[in-house]
Amino acid sequence: MSRLRFWRRRDPLMCREFVELVTDYLEGRLPEQERLRFEAHMDGCDGCTGYLEDMRRLVTSLGEVSEPPPDPATRKALGRAFRELRME
Amino acid sequence: MEDDRVLIDRMRAGDGRAFEALVTAHDGSLRRVARTFVHTPGAADEVVQETWLGVVRGLGGFEGRSSLRTWIFRILANVARTRAAQDARSVPFSSLEVDDEPALEPSAFAADGSWASAPVRLDADPEGALLGSELRERLLEAVDELPPAQRAVITLRDIVGVPAEEVCELLDVSDGNQRVLLHRARARVRIALTSLVEGQA
Repeated sequence: MSRLRFWRRRDPLMCREFVELVTDYLEGRLPEQERLRFEAHMDGCDGCTGYLEDMRRLVTSLGEVSEPPPDPATRKALGRAFRELRME
Repeated sequence: MEDDRVLIDRMRAGDGRAFEALVTAHDGSLRRVARTFVHTPGAADEVVQETWLGVVRGLGGFEGRSSLRTWIFRILANVARTRAAQDARSVPFSSLEVDDEPALEPSAFAADGSWASAPVRLDADPEGALLGSELRERLLEAVDELPPAQRAVITLRDIVGVPAEEVCELLDVSDGNQRVLLHRARARVRIALTSLVEGQA
């Protein structure tokens, strides 16, 4: 614990760095020590905690974008092409 | 993968409805991704059309080692690459730009690296897992304004849901560059949304 505190005091993770590590963190690509530093930073920083939360919501929301189905004419034309190509 | 197998078997047996079901499931994603590869909607439509014909022609060769979707996206990437070689206006895949700009303006931070002022928060949905509906409506616009490589990566990863490893293969970028592009893209989309939040304030 005292070693960890010493190490943190010597090399604190600042908000500027936190923001650049957000994607690596979400991707699960931070080495263990870095991940601990990253998570420890959030304990005392509402700004970064909120930034990460917004980023998670942004990514989740992008995943919720729904694609319109193809228009019936396109689908039918492709269906026709399928049958023709299968006949060759 | 089980469903893939069933669809493939039906298509190999000549079942056109199975193919139409496949088209219905993936055409929108293919079109969205194609638009990140070529510059005009017309060119994207042609790339998608050519992809579907490639799927039909290649059915016999699908071995089921990847998902059907992955296999279809590989065909799309190949079609788009061929087109890029013919059409100077298409995005050259080999030169996806990777910059090392920071995610935020340096002025967002004080000299010691802490926030200069608390970062703007994005409105959330009452359920908490998503952004508010107004911001969600603006998401795609923000994505459309990204530089091509960032747009391709965020579209494949976050909108379509293709795993990182496959995105690297499809775009022919390294694992590290894929992550840098994703990072920049998400940060830029966030900035575009924060400017909407600030505009309302």
